[in-house]
Amino acid sequence: MKANSIKDKFTNLKANKPLRQDLITYAIVIFAYLLIRILDMAGMVNSQLNGLLVPICVYAILAVSLNLTVGILGELSLGHAGFMCVGAFTSAFFSKCMVEAIPLAIVRFPVAILIGAVCAGLFGVLIGIPVLRLKGDYLAIVTLAFGEIIKNIINTINIGRDSNGLHFSMKSAMDLGMEKDGVFLIKGAMGITGTPGDSNFTIGVILLLITLFVVLNMVRSRDGRAIMAIRDNVIAAESVGINITKYKLLTFAISAALAGMAGALYAHNLGSLTATPKTFGYNMSIMILVYVVLGGIGNIRGSMIAAIILYVLPEMLRGLQTYRMLIYAVVLIVMMIYNWAPKSIAWRETHSAKDLLAKVKGVVASKSKKGGN
Amino acid sequence: MALLEVNNLGISFGGLRAVDDFSISIEKGQLYGLIGPNGAGKTTVFNLLTGVYKPNVGIIKLDGQDITGKKTIDVNRAGIARTFQNIRLFGKLSVIDNVKVGLHNQMGYSVFASILRLPSFRKVEAQLQERALEILKVFDLDKEAEVLASNLPYGKQRKLEICRALATNPKLLLLDEPAAGMNPMETLELMETIRFVRDHFDMTILLIEHDMKLVSGICEELTVLNFGRILCQGKTSDVLNNPEVIKAYLGE
Repeated sequence: MKANSIKDKFTNLKANKPLRQDLITYAIVIFAYLLIRILDMAGMVNSQLNGLLVPICVYAILAVSLNLTVGILGELSLGHAGFMCVGAFTSAFFSKCMVEAIPLAIVRFPVAILIGAVCAGLFGVLIGIPVLRLKGDYLAIVTLAFGEIIKNIINTINIGRDSNGLHFSMKSAMDLGMEKDGVFLIKGAMGITGTPGDSNFTIGVILLLITLFVVLNMVRSRDGRAIMAIRDNVIAAESVGINITKYKLLTFAISAALAGMAGALYAHNLGSLTATPKTFGYNMSIMILVYVVLGGIGNIRGSMIAAIILYVLPEMLRGLQTYRMLIYAVVLIVMMIYNWAPKSIAWRETHSAKDLLAKVKGVVASKSKKGGN
Repeated sequence: MALLEVNNLGISFGGLRAVDDFSISIEKGQLYGLIGPNGAGKTTVFNLLTGVYKPNVGIIKLDGQDITGKKTIDVNRAGIARTFQNIRLFGKLSVIDNVKVGLHNQMGYSVFASILRLPSFRKVEAQLQERALEILKVFDLDKEAEVLASNLPYGKQRKLEICRALATNPKLLLLDEPAAGMNPMETLELMETIRFVRDHFDMTILLIEHDMKLVSGICEELTVLNFGRILCQGKTSDVLNNPEVIKAYLGE
């Protein structure tokens, strides 16, 4: 009886192609995780690679979450780093405040991640309400501007704590007017220092799996269909009763919340967190967009893999010094051609593993037929 | 009482009176035709009925309910579904998913149920699959259920648009030039399909069409528009023999 139901599930899985694809995606992540762990135990992971593991998870999460907006909803957003910034600072602020109150990292960090995600999601809704009335290039430019605004506002925030409680100023750290026993929590452009280093590779992989789970399950549901319907034809989607505003906001908010989660992971991996153009500026937003485009717009697994490769590659090429960015640029072009050139797509279609297998089977079958005659 | 009552509907774009003093009354179960030369304002009437444009004057009543000036999604929920002159399918979704989008407001579950794959997700998805296949079967599209909508041949894309519209469970179906781009054989088949939809789904249908064979073959009543105004209204045979109508179509 039990064996039967397992067999049923297996045949069900065979028939359900999307589900099978999703399971392959999860399996890739888990396999990669175990591989790194085994290599680590064998002492084959050097300190350079070790330092890349958490950032890899951060950028993979960012790429997957941005693909929800760009690939599934079909709207170009260039403010993704801004949402990451919100998540990073809110979660780091929480951790810094609570480091004594909740000494256990295992309790504190999940709460910090949740706070980062929720705050970023709220910002997603707030910014989404005015911004999502725009389309295409206009939306891209306005999201870019909002991303910069978030970064710059965070750069001016000063928060300190002394025996009288919390102090807040947007001018300078001196304006806080704290007692002598005061400590700075956020110090303007100097950001937050001394965030507890709660992030590690295992948590990163768990968060990546959560991101994939949320995005993939959402895409393959009633809501995902509605979102993709909006992408394919707004007028038609409206005509069958799809609430465009609701679904655009929902997608934007979830995408932002997941970016906030990545931000929390990022913030707790560093001793000091500053909102510099390099970390949270539009360069970063565009970098994430590059991962999404090269991995395949709307292809969740692809954007994850592209993020991993393109993040690790320049780091690994550090030995080549001046040629590093040149090689990186060439790889970008090659990936672009492989993914999107019509001839490349046609070639991949005729040379897929499945077709090759079918061909081999066909040859075998025709030979055996000839033998029979 | 008529299913659709429209009184003195009018809209202007700048100085152009696109539709003026448009009144129509369609009984339940009727197959009604809206014809007229190019640019007469037929599609504008459809856009007014479905809430794409808000009328400057006039009242639209569906089944006694005032739907004038409502948003497109509310008009759809009230019971009007449409197809488009230039086909508007969800091209990158499969055929069956296009129909499932049409079923969106018929059966649902929460976002949490979809992310966490709660039992309600499985239950409703199974119902959606069944209902969508049922509709596709009626139009002989069930074999292509997993094909991308944009890969369907033209005639089947037109059919799929009707499937999707019917999935929203409307009281009134608006077809905007369903026979456009079809050869005579396909048009004949389409006439059968439209009649079948009316009988099988107990549907009321208002259609815009240029193909006179189709119009005279299936429509019971006609309204002729010319320069945004009603030129003539009544039984199909009477309208098509009206000298004014012939003049508008063929010139003097």
